[in-house]
Amino acid sequence: MSMIATLTGTASKRVLPGFGLSLGITLLFVSLVLLLPMTSLVGQLAGLSLAEYWAIITEERVVASYMITIGAAAVAAIVNALFGLLMAWVLVRYEFPGKRLLDALMDLPFALPTAVAGITLATMYSSSGFMGKLLAPLGFEIAYTWVGIALAMAFTSIPFVVRTVQPVLEDLPQEIDEAALTLGASDALAFRRVILPHLWPALVTGTGLAFVRSLGEFGAVIFIAGNMPYETEITALMIFVKLQEYDYVGASAIASVVLAVSLALLLALNLWQGRFIRRLHGGKG
Amino acid sequence: MTLYSFLRRSAIASAVTATLATGVATPALAADRELLNSSYDIARELFATVNPEFNAWWQEQHDESVEVKQSHGGSSKQARAIMQGLRADVVTYNQVTDVNVLAEKGLVAEDWQQQFPNNASPYYSTTAFLVREGNPKEIDSWDDLVEDDVEIVFPNPKTSGNGRYTYLAAWAYADQKFDGDEEKIREFMNQFLGNVKVFDTGGRGATTTFVERNIGDVLISFESEVNNISKEYGEDDYDVVVPPVSILAEFPVAVVEKNAERNDNADLAQGYLEYLYTEEAQRLLAGFNYRVNDETVQKEFADQFPETELLRVEDVFGGWEQVMDTHFSSGGELDQLQRR
Repeated sequence: MSMIATLTGTASKRVLPGFGLSLGITLLFVSLVLLLPMTSLVGQLAGLSLAEYWAIITEERVVASYMITIGAAAVAAIVNALFGLLMAWVLVRYEFPGKRLLDALMDLPFALPTAVAGITLATMYSSSGFMGKLLAPLGFEIAYTWVGIALAMAFTSIPFVVRTVQPVLEDLPQEIDEAALTLGASDALAFRRVILPHLWPALVTGTGLAFVRSLGEFGAVIFIAGNMPYETEITALMIFVKLQEYDYVGASAIASVVLAVSLALLLALNLWQGRFIRRLHGGKG
Repeated sequence: MTLYSFLRRSAIASAVTATLATGVATPALAADRELLNSSYDIARELFATVNPEFNAWWQEQHDESVEVKQSHGGSSKQARAIMQGLRADVVTYNQVTDVNVLAEKGLVAEDWQQQFPNNASPYYSTTAFLVREGNPKEIDSWDDLVEDDVEIVFPNPKTSGNGRYTYLAAWAYADQKFDGDEEKIREFMNQFLGNVKVFDTGGRGATTTFVERNIGDVLISFESEVNNISKEYGEDDYDVVVPPVSILAEFPVAVVEKNAERNDNADLAQGYLEYLYTEEAQRLLAGFNYRVNDETVQKEFADQFPETELLRVEDVFGGWEQVMDTHFSSGGELDQLQRR
């Protein structure tokens, strides 16, 4: 993220043809691929009165699904923030055999059809599965519980954290932590006061993206969730159910809530990041 | 990202995708005519067997070869695709409501159920139970499913036609048992739904949960599916139980008139559906554990299908429209039962 910011900020020689043309193409693309479908989604809602809309999106069972989805997505995002940071660190700072393979594996959740991920996870973590068998005697049930949902979400969204933190970490010269250590900082202090502040924007953005991705995840979650009303029903399933009932308007109404939350979060992230970077540069001159 | 690493990554990604992609087999030789059949999810193997036989049958009569293309998926989704423009010539579904939706839109004739014998349902089935070997929980009928220690697996009635039939079968049974006393029926249904361990979105998903994940004491699905599973996964591991009372599950077929006319396929579409009623096709269908109406075939397969009392949706619930309204709509009976 910050790399892009500095690139566009300092570029004096432009590789692509004129501003007018490239902006035009950008806007056309955004309109066709992003705005048009979203407009039609919002258009579906036109037939609803405000009261009807409110009734659909605040139905008891739908509200329960928000709680489950947001809760699981938050857990998945936090877990990913920790482990994603660790993985990015290992991939950037150390040389070891198989590093390139591990690097490539990081993208697997993007390449793998999410349904396949869901089925695989459900197989592994059900009480007869490879992992589930080990955990069941300890009293841990993962497949078909709330934990399973978070696990599937974490699986599909971890590349977001790794891939946003990694380039920033690559840009960060190893000398700065050495400098901190020679100046007498402990390892922990050097990490907390010197390294983490640089990674913070990328880490937060990556975690935010992972969270938003998890909110909408359907394929991977549906196979491991159990889908019991009020317990393991995610919001995407509620949308799916509405579609099965040929209730396009109801589906659009619930989808609009997910969309609004995601947009608001992404916007907030961008604004915060802009301010953060300005403070970082401005503060130090 | 360097070009090298990009290539390496995409190579891994595409290798993975390629192994996962499901291949669609198409015959190498082009046929004289093509027909598109939009069907439900678990009918893949069935129509893969029926279609070549139909081609032979048609060729004998009309001296032209036919390639029947198949499209499979949850049947509500399939109907939606046709409404949105998929030019399927015929539909072969597992829910009357999905054909009704098409009729409402004028794509299928209003009196489609009168256009072919048996309410335009060339074959039928019912809901049956698959239990673990030796039937340790002694499950013989619907009553045994509301015991406290029984765990049930069947697909979500909200997302699956298969699941809807199970729900309706349980209700119809309770209706008969309690002589229409709604309070007692609801209590029964409450216990029944409370024993469900996992709600998968479709029939095959529920099968996987029961067989592969080893969850639940009983799987409820179509009799045909239950028999196919027990054959495929080993008859030693599972027993099939057909309850003495259950629901009649029709598999309705219809010509999508608008599309068939546009595709110049009206005669072919009609012929395809008529073929399903021939003795030859009925034998194929029975081979897939569907019940059929052809008397000769019925006798041949008599010991495969235990006698059961099959209740009709029309008789117990007053028709599909009413079922959808009172039971499965938002805030309907099912939603009420599942309330916390």
